[in-house]
Amino acid sequence: MTAELPPGLALQKADERIMTLNVGPQHPGSGHMRIVVQIDGDYIVACDPDPGYVHRGEEKMAEYRNYITNIPHLERPVIHDSCNILYPYVLGAEEILGIEVPERAKYVRVIASELNRCIYTMYWLAIYGIFLGHSTMFMWPAGDRELLIDLMEKMTGARVTHAHFVPGGVRNDLPPNFEDTCLRQVNYFERRIKEYAAVFYDNPVLISRTRGTGVLSRQDAIRLGTTGSVLRASGIDYDLRVKEPYDVYDELDVHTNVMKEGDSYARSRVPWLDMMESCNIIRQALQKIPKSGSVRTKLKPNPKTKGPATVYKRVESGRGSLGCYIVSDGKPEPYRVKMSVGSFRNLIALPYLLKGEKLGNMPSVYWSLNYWPVEADR
Amino acid sequence: MLKDLITPENANVFVGKLGDILEKAIDKPLGYAINWGRIWSLWPVHIETACCSVEFGAASSPRYDVERFGIIEAFGSLRQCDLIVVQGTITRKMAPRLRLVYDQMPEPKYVIAMGACAITGGLYFDSYNVLPGIDGVIPVDVYVPGCPPRPETLIQGCMLLQEKIKRMKARKIV
Amino acid sequence: MMSDDSEKPVADPKPDTKSSPPPKPDTKSSPPPKPDTKSSPPPKPASKKPEEKPIELPAFEKGISDKLVEKFGDKVEVGFVKKDRVRINISKENIHKVAEFVRDALNYDHVESVTGVDFPTDKEIEVVYHVGSYTDSSLARQILVLATRAPREENPIPGQDSTRLPSIRDVFYSAEFGEREVFEMLGVYFEGHPDNRRLLLPEDWADLPPLRKDFAIKGR
Repeated sequence: MTAELPPGLALQKADERIMTLNVGPQHPGSGHMRIVVQIDGDYIVACDPDPGYVHRGEEKMAEYRNYITNIPHLERPVIHDSCNILYPYVLGAEEILGIEVPERAKYVRVIASELNRCIYTMYWLAIYGIFLGHSTMFMWPAGDRELLIDLMEKMTGARVTHAHFVPGGVRNDLPPNFEDTCLRQVNYFERRIKEYAAVFYDNPVLISRTRGTGVLSRQDAIRLGTTGSVLRASGIDYDLRVKEPYDVYDELDVHTNVMKEGDSYARSRVPWLDMMESCNIIRQALQKIPKSGSVRTKLKPNPKTKGPATVYKRVESGRGSLGCYIVSDGKPEPYRVKMSVGSFRNLIALPYLLKGEKLGNMPSVYWSLNYWPVEADR
Repeated sequence: MLKDLITPENANVFVGKLGDILEKAIDKPLGYAINWGRIWSLWPVHIETACCSVEFGAASSPRYDVERFGIIEAFGSLRQCDLIVVQGTITRKMAPRLRLVYDQMPEPKYVIAMGACAITGGLYFDSYNVLPGIDGVIPVDVYVPGCPPRPETLIQGCMLLQEKIKRMKARKIV
Repeated sequence: MMSDDSEKPVADPKPDTKSSPPPKPDTKSSPPPKPDTKSSPPPKPASKKPEEKPIELPAFEKGISDKLVEKFGDKVEVGFVKKDRVRINISKENIHKVAEFVRDALNYDHVESVTGVDFPTDKEIEVVYHVGSYTDSSLARQILVLATRAPREENPIPGQDSTRLPSIRDVFYSAEFGEREVFEMLGVYFEGHPDNRRLLLPEDWADLPPLRKDFAIKGR
């Protein structure tokens, strides 16, 4: 058939038109991973994420260290959300070591993890701005998150890698006058992030670039097992702070932000709404926190476990549900530690969402998955 | 006389000789000027290798503003860049890519090793997939310790690099 | 339902004792974390102080495990029933059927994590699926732990030896990347998985799968 056509008019087979592109690991729109996309013209026909550029073997290293010395390296996957990534591990270690946590420490943990969630989300938002070429949206969040980093620095002594949560409580008590400073800064912070609506979320350029791209339907969000803001942007009301409250979240009033659209815009808006919710939670926790008391049940440097056990604990982190599966065989070191992280679980949606999308929309869809490559690789 | 000596076949030799003479004559003042230009327009490659990229991002933020010292925000195209800030751990999967990026950059190029992992492997000294420092992959100019280094430390490292460039010989006059 | 509370080992009840014949060999029924092969019957995972007061079994979780035991009889074995967590140990022939039943009849809809644990003393590698549910709000805080075991080889050739398990990726799509990770980290080949490629390790990795216990990291 094609042979009869005059030269120049012969139809090209689809296979010949398809081109394979390697995006990353050195690419402004990829982060620490490689995305192998196959494009037909401007449209992506297939996509194969290739993570593992930051795979550091945390789970293997955890088998050689005891429950206390595991803390510093287990928080490194997400250094700007370090309280949340330690949270399930610490909860599990407490169950295995059989220790109780003082009431005040639970509140300090909630405050720290909510502050950390805001810090994480602000960084994520800043990078989202970069990915979309929106320089203001890099500068504003990157500057405003320093306010909360100051708070965390006051609280823990470190800028990002706090190592603040330990089995049995938190490492240090709150500094004097922390409540007042925290309240003032958080109030200012909330006023400030509300201004982002004008420059970013109501911006017609953003809306035209992200509305309707990368739509993840409700059924697919469940089927793919996505989590966190990706799940809530697809219309599923699921937040572990409400559904399975850990520590003192059952005493606090937590509202879940759900959007129905499931597109990139909804996925980028839900974390922003979550930040305001975090501010609410911090204010409630600051009111309810016991004014005095211990914040740490002291442990020996090499604590003994109570015998063989398996624990699976999960918390809601900035990127969604974050689980930690610890197998203990009674030795001071864990037998196996598995971090089931939100980024890794959301990654499975990427090939699915990018199919049929334009190549130019790839960065916005990719980063709207609330993905942090270092965490996914562990 | 000269016209007979220079043929199209050996013209480039004479041009090269001319360049040598020129270099000898104006090496010092011109080299100073070139180095001065290089100091205030260092362009880092946009390559993130691990978690220190968070603090690298913070260094470009309004509070720290590394741009006032002449370090431009991380840039996408590595053909226009002359600085790699190795932001943390280099794994065995990343090391060939890092070398590839380094090889594709035009001369002159400078390397800052940021964070303990990039210097010695740091916290991951016994991990099976992490290189013990990037010295074996690419030559390093400035080491910035910390886990992760604060943005101030990174800025100081950049200023040390600028000091170093000032004392370097500007090799090629183009 | 819970008639035999008095002589029950505290937090690790075996509801299968009534459905299946009681004198089951202990070597198979002891739960996963075994430091060595001592087969003392009451392994107490999460109890505070044993023999102080018998812990009331959570009723809802008991219902879930009862449904599974009712359906599959002695093919499944209840590892533990704790608050919000039910653990089922399954042989590898039945894992696919159990997964289908869990999805269709019990309303679980996604796999949260796939974990491989190496047990060199048992010559087995355990693969643990943590299954959760988004659609059923009564199951929102529940995690069903499906554990199965594959034989372990001393000199593994990943993909070509007897360390194989049926994949449940066609039942739970969300297990896809988790199973890929277990394949490269422990060498468990998943039959029926369309994409058993390498995920996190470098392309030229030729050593043992790193999470096996006989793979020693440097300096240790």
